[in-house]
Amino acid sequence: MPKSLTPRLAALRDEIHGYAKEFGLDFFDTVFEMVSYDEMNMVAAYGGFPTRYPHWRWGMEYEQLAKGYEYGLSKIYELVINNDPCYAYLMESNPEVDQKLVMAHVYGHCDFFKNNFSFRHTNRRMIDEMANHATRVRRWVDKIGVEKVEDFIDRTLSLENLIDQHSPHIRRNPDPKRVADELKANEGVEGFKVGREYMRGYINPSEFLDSQRKKVEDEKQRAKKFPERPQRDVLLFLLEEAPLEPWESDILAILREEAHYFAPQGQTKIMNEGWASYWHSTIMTRRALRDDEIIDYADHHSGTMGTRPGAINPYKLGIELWRDIEERWNKGRFGKEWDECDDLRARRSWDKKSGAGREKIFEVRKHYNDITFIDTFLTPEFAMEQKLFVYGFNDKRNSWEILDREFRKVKSKLLQGLTNFGQPIIEVVDANHENRGELLLAHKHDGQDLKGDYARETLKNLQSLWRRPVNIITRYDNKGVMLRFDGTTQTEKKVEL
Amino acid sequence: MTLKIHQDHSRFKQIVRGKIKANLRKYVQKGEMIGKKGKDAISIPIPFIDIPRFKYGHKEQGGVGQGEGEVGQQLGPGAVEPGEGHQAGQGEGDHALEVDVTLEELAQILGEELQLPNIERRQNERLVTQKIRYTGINTTGPESLRHFKRTFKQALRRQIAAGTYDAARPVIIPTREDRRYRSYKLQNLPETNAVIIYMMDVSGSMGDEQKEIVRIESFWLDTWLRHQYKGLEARYIIHDAVAREVDRDTFFHTRESGGTMISSAYKLCRDIILADYPKSAWNIYPFHFSDGDNWSADDTRQCIEMLRNDVLPNVNQFAYGQVESPYGSGQFIKDLREAVGDTPNVALSEIADKDAIYASIKDFLGKGR
Repeated sequence: MPKSLTPRLAALRDEIHGYAKEFGLDFFDTVFEMVSYDEMNMVAAYGGFPTRYPHWRWGMEYEQLAKGYEYGLSKIYELVINNDPCYAYLMESNPEVDQKLVMAHVYGHCDFFKNNFSFRHTNRRMIDEMANHATRVRRWVDKIGVEKVEDFIDRTLSLENLIDQHSPHIRRNPDPKRVADELKANEGVEGFKVGREYMRGYINPSEFLDSQRKKVEDEKQRAKKFPERPQRDVLLFLLEEAPLEPWESDILAILREEAHYFAPQGQTKIMNEGWASYWHSTIMTRRALRDDEIIDYADHHSGTMGTRPGAINPYKLGIELWRDIEERWNKGRFGKEWDECDDLRARRSWDKKSGAGREKIFEVRKHYNDITFIDTFLTPEFAMEQKLFVYGFNDKRNSWEILDREFRKVKSKLLQGLTNFGQPIIEVVDANHENRGELLLAHKHDGQDLKGDYARETLKNLQSLWRRPVNIITRYDNKGVMLRFDGTTQTEKKVEL
Repeated sequence: MTLKIHQDHSRFKQIVRGKIKANLRKYVQKGEMIGKKGKDAISIPIPFIDIPRFKYGHKEQGGVGQGEGEVGQQLGPGAVEPGEGHQAGQGEGDHALEVDVTLEELAQILGEELQLPNIERRQNERLVTQKIRYTGINTTGPESLRHFKRTFKQALRRQIAAGTYDAARPVIIPTREDRRYRSYKLQNLPETNAVIIYMMDVSGSMGDEQKEIVRIESFWLDTWLRHQYKGLEARYIIHDAVAREVDRDTFFHTRESGGTMISSAYKLCRDIILADYPKSAWNIYPFHFSDGDNWSADDTRQCIEMLRNDVLPNVNQFAYGQVESPYGSGQFIKDLREAVGDTPNVALSEIADKDAIYASIKDFLGKGR
């Protein structure tokens, strides 16, 4: 069972809390709990929560974390939940300096959760909600049976990434009332033009008019697609339209809600980790560190910031970008004058002493997500300084290699990886495909092909929810392909795009 | 204390077990699994345990990295982790998940899937071993074995008795006499002992493929018998025209040329049994693998005689596996079948190729002897 802090740690927490407030961080109340390494692994396997619905996937996660810890390969330092109050976990066996670091880091996250716009629509009582979900699923398990429920969860998780991450912020479908009005205006059927009024009955007999009306009606019906416009939130579409049992709907709704809850964390990974790292570094080095803790602190901090050639470390990229923004706004390196200056020496010594850095980063942490953050603040100088590059797979040499260091390519690759969390964008286009109640999805191809075996397996899972055959249009090697699963067989055919 | 996660964890293990069971035939044929054997667990690659999604192939995707290097320079192996990038360490990727399975568990799965009967022990559990268990308490001992709780209690007890305990300021100071240490006690444990005597023909006609089959088969036999008997010993005999006892490594990797006299191996086997493994205390399992090509009918006669008189009465079961080879005549198994095929403690099996290992394991172990 998690324990509350020892008096000694509580005193340290109060100290760090004071520094965080002093620097202007603004967060929900934060509750720290002490856990053993085993509990830490459990909570981490549960995605940060103390309770989740029963599923083997957590067990798999746990096994990997536990093994990693026991073999001394990896260790989880910090876990914090976006909730009001924020919950954070400290590992019992960590030395004091680590606990301080983690606390400072956690206050950074809490400030971000509270203030960044992406989190505005998240449920701040998610701990309770997750516990409720767990209870609901357990109840279904008791009623329906563990195998059936688990199997359904597996199939739904396979579609989990097909949500519309922006949907909490915008209205996708137009106002239904306006649409109805427009339809009405087009309703009348006049028949042929009549020159002489007495001829009307002969030229446009009522049977003819009726048959014309029927035609228009049919046409409209046929033209009326369903869904009217492509829908990104495939889970929501299934929830509303698929012939699900009540227990299936309930579980689908639960999984969708959880996917939406976690989405903003995926959208702000670089900013969020960078922000927390910026603040643990600032708080520790400016205030909280004691002399004898410096070596250990430096060791652990640099461990978190380490980079590997084949991956972006969000902690590292984030903290460096925050620092870069702060420095640029401190020295006034922005605006028209700065952009137009191409004298390298002048740029290098540019310092207007504007001192607006802190203020700027607090503003940025409010209004940006990873995509806009990178798009706006990644500069060629920064990319060069951080030695960023694009890598790709060389089939001939059968190895990964550095492809390019050009700024534009680096930036666009980075943004591509962040768009829709680096997941393909897939929409429901037609729920009555070929007028046979089949489901048609379309993959918005952006130059990268789908992983074929996974796509086919996923299609099977989708079919099991929709019950009727399902199709997806995508592209392989630049040719249009429609994959189809009708409940028994997989087929594939070429399509013109 | 049990954690909630243990439910999910055991469910996960159950699923893994199911996967292994479903694919057991495939695993049995594969030799590579044996290479990953640890002391008492092996790791098994499980295909498709992750949840399929619409996603990009990672090789399609590429990405952005950070660090030194010229354009065109290769990134070191392992530099790029397959996965979804933003969920580091999720282990979702192209490679199959590797799961550690204890040999004990593997044996159980094998038993369930092949419907192997438990072995009827021939010997009573007579042999007794002594085992050290740290269950005692002593007043002396090394500091590393100090029993903190007992020491503390002892000190508390003494202080209360002496009236020096102050509830308002509960400071307990153990003295030298209060200290308690864990100490061991000897326990007698009954144990049944068993020995496997592997014999293999290493004459020129036994090629690498044949030996691979023997190696895989013996791994599974080993695993099952070890599951049935604690303390299993194994002896290895190779033979062509002469037989000698070797260690495990040599057993699987020697290749000799020349003729085959199976009787030499049986003779050595008999001698080992008579010298080291009295019938009264041991369960004995000789396994012999060959391609069925013996030097002469006369030698075969000798073999059968030796089996009848000296080997079969002493062992739980004698097993002969004939591995098909392009050179062997395959006559030996026919001779054996004719001579001793009816004897209850003889198991004969023909192994045509790796596919047949599965069935042959059942031939050998299906009798429950």
